[in-house]
Amino acid sequence: MTLQTFNPEISTEPVIEIKQPVITVKDVNVFYGDKQALKNISLDIPKNKVTSLIGPSGCGKTTFLKCINRMNDLIDICRVEGEILVGGQDIYDPAVDVVALRAHIGMVFQKPNPFPKSIFENVAYGMRIHNLTNSKSELGDRVESALRGAAIWEEVRDRLDQPGTSLSGGQQQRLCIARAIAVEPKIILMDEPASALDPIATAKIEELMDELRKNYAIVIVTHSMQQAARVSQFTAFFHMGELVEHGKTDKIFTSPGDERTQNYITGRIG
Amino acid sequence: MTETFTRKTPELARRHAGEKRFQWLGKAAITIAIGFLLVMVGTISWMGVGAFKQTQIALDVYLDPQEIDTAAPNKADYGAMVKKAQRSKFSDVKKHNDKRKLYKLLSSQAAFTLQHQVADNPELIGQTAKIWFIASDDVDMFIKGNTNVDDSGNAGKLDKKQLQWIAALKSTGDIRTRFNSSFFLSGDSREPELAGILSAFTGTVLTLAVCFALSFPVGILAAIYLEEFTPKNRWSDLIEVNINNLAAVPSIVFGLLGLSVFLNTFGLPRSSPLVGGMVLGLMTLPTIIIASRAALRAVPPSIRQAALGIGATQIQTVFHHVAPLAMPGMLTGAIIGMARALGETAPLLMIGMVAFIVDVPGSVLQPATALPVQIFLWADSPERAFLEKTSAAIIVLIVFLIFMNLIAIILRHKYRQRF
Repeated sequence: MTLQTFNPEISTEPVIEIKQPVITVKDVNVFYGDKQALKNISLDIPKNKVTSLIGPSGCGKTTFLKCINRMNDLIDICRVEGEILVGGQDIYDPAVDVVALRAHIGMVFQKPNPFPKSIFENVAYGMRIHNLTNSKSELGDRVESALRGAAIWEEVRDRLDQPGTSLSGGQQQRLCIARAIAVEPKIILMDEPASALDPIATAKIEELMDELRKNYAIVIVTHSMQQAARVSQFTAFFHMGELVEHGKTDKIFTSPGDERTQNYITGRIG
Repeated sequence: MTETFTRKTPELARRHAGEKRFQWLGKAAITIAIGFLLVMVGTISWMGVGAFKQTQIALDVYLDPQEIDTAAPNKADYGAMVKKAQRSKFSDVKKHNDKRKLYKLLSSQAAFTLQHQVADNPELIGQTAKIWFIASDDVDMFIKGNTNVDDSGNAGKLDKKQLQWIAALKSTGDIRTRFNSSFFLSGDSREPELAGILSAFTGTVLTLAVCFALSFPVGILAAIYLEEFTPKNRWSDLIEVNINNLAAVPSIVFGLLGLSVFLNTFGLPRSSPLVGGMVLGLMTLPTIIIASRAALRAVPPSIRQAALGIGATQIQTVFHHVAPLAMPGMLTGAIIGMARALGETAPLLMIGMVAFIVDVPGSVLQPATALPVQIFLWADSPERAFLEKTSAAIIVLIVFLIFMNLIAIILRHKYRQRF
C-alpha cells in the first residue's frame, strides 16, 4: 500500500457515481437516546462489489451497518431518521416487514455465532422458517450448495450431524456465511467477520468474499485497513458519526481527499 | 537470577499466608456444614428406621363354623373370636381387669385382620388357624427397645403382667417383627401401630401435580414475555420489583389468600389438593419466574442476533433457540420452587389440609393432607410410637425430595447444549 501525501486541492466532497446502487442511503441520522451516533449519512452501495466501512472505534460504522437490516430495532433507545432505499423501497417505511427484509439482507457477525445445533440444521434452519424448499432432498441439495458457496463443504461433508459449535473459529464463521446465503439474500452485511480469526482463517474468508461478490453486494465493517484494501472495491471512512469520505478503495488509500482520512490510514488517529 | 523466583520475601509470605488462611476457613466451614447435616440426617434415620418394622403376635384362632355364615362371612363377630383365642392362650387369666389388659396386647385392627383372612381363605372356616396379628403400639415399642422396664417393673404403659405375657409369647416364638408394609399402604390412624403414610403421600403428589401444572407453564410464559418481549420502561421495572417482593412473602399469607379467595369466594372444596396446589402454585410462581428470567438472560445475545439476522420472527427466535437453551435453568428454577412447595405446611393449614384424613384421596377434589402436615400432626401426638412415625415420615419426605432433584438433574443433562 503506497500512500501519497495529503493534497488539499482535492475536493473533500465524497462525489462518486455509482450506477444502479442496491442500497441508497439518504440523509440518515441515528440517535441513541439524546446522543447522535450518525450525522447526515448519504451513500450508495453498488452491486457485485465489496464496500468496506472503516474508521476508528465508536465512529458509527457498525451502527450504520445495523441500520441496513434494521438490527438496530432491537435497541429500545435507538432512533433512525432519513431514508434507506433497498431496491427502491424505503426500509424504514411502516409497511416494511422486518422479517422479510432480513431474509433479503443477510448478516455475518463479529463473533462466529452458529446455533448449538448440527451443522446441517444451522444451514437448513433459515430455509425451513422461510419455507424455501418443498422436499427433504431439495433441502439437502440446497444445504450442500450453501456450504459449497461458503467454501466449507469439503471440510464438513462427512460430519453434517455434528454440532456447529464443534468446528474451529474460522470454520464456524464460514458456517455462519453459509447460513446467511442459504436464504438467498441479495446483500450480505459483515461486521468485522475476521476479527476473531487467525491469519489463515482470515485469508480464507477474504478469498470467499471475493467469490461471493459475484452474486451479492457485500458491505463489510473492518478495523484492518489492509483487509479493506485487499477485499473491497469501495471504501467509506467514518469519523465521529460523520461519513468523511467515500470512494474507490484504491483512491481512498492512495490519495485521500480529507485530512482525517489521511491521518487515519497512516495511523495518526484511530 | 534464579534467586528472584526462590527468595521468600516477607510481602510474598504474607500473601501466601492469607491464601492458606482462607482455604483453611473454607474447609472448616464445609466441615461444620457437613457435620450439622450428618447429625440431622443421622438422628432422623436413627429414630425413624424402627417405623419400617412392625411387631406381630401369633394366635391360634378357632374359626367356629357356627359363628360364621359362609354366605355372609363379613357379618360374624371376629372380635370375639380373637379375644377367645387370647383367653385360651393364657387360660390362667380370669379377672375382668386382666382380660382387658390381655386384649390390649393386640391392635384394635385384629378383628379386621381376621375378617380379611377369612374372606381371602374361606376354606379356613371350621379349622384352628395360626394367624399373625399386629401388636399394639405399646408392645411394639417394648419389643423394639424404645421403652425399658423401670424400677416399678413397668415398661411404658405395659405393666408387669403384660410383660410376663410378652415374655411367654417370646419364648414360644409367637411374637415377631416384620417389614411394616402397612406404613406405606394405609392412611393415617389414631392408633400409631396402624398409622400409615399413603394418604398423606398421595395428597402431596396430587397437590404438587396441581402446583406444577399451574406454576410451570404460567411461570415460564410470564418469564419469556417479560424478558424477551416487553419494552424496558417504568412499568416493567414495577412488575419486576413486585415479582421479587412476592417471592419473599411468607407462605402463610398465600394460605390466607387461598382461604379467602379460593375457598370463600370461589367455593372450591375445602382441604382438597386442588386448592392446596393452587395456593402452592401461587407461592412457587415468583420463584419460577425469577429463575427462568435469569436463565433466559444467560443465553448469549449472539444467538438471538443469529436467528433474527436470517429473518426469524421474534417468537421463532425465542421458541426455536433461546428457550431450549434456557430450559435447563428454567427446570432448575421449577424444581427449586417445587422442592420449597413440597415442604410447605403453613399455607396448607390455612385451607384445611390439616384435617384427619384416613382415606387415600382419589382425586384432587377429595379431602387430603400432605406429608409435611402429616409430620406436623404426628409430631403433635402424645403416643411414644408416633415419635418413630414422625421420623419415618421425614425420611419419606427427604427421599421424595432426593427423587425430585434426581429428575431435575436427569432433565438438565438431557436438555443441556453447548453454546
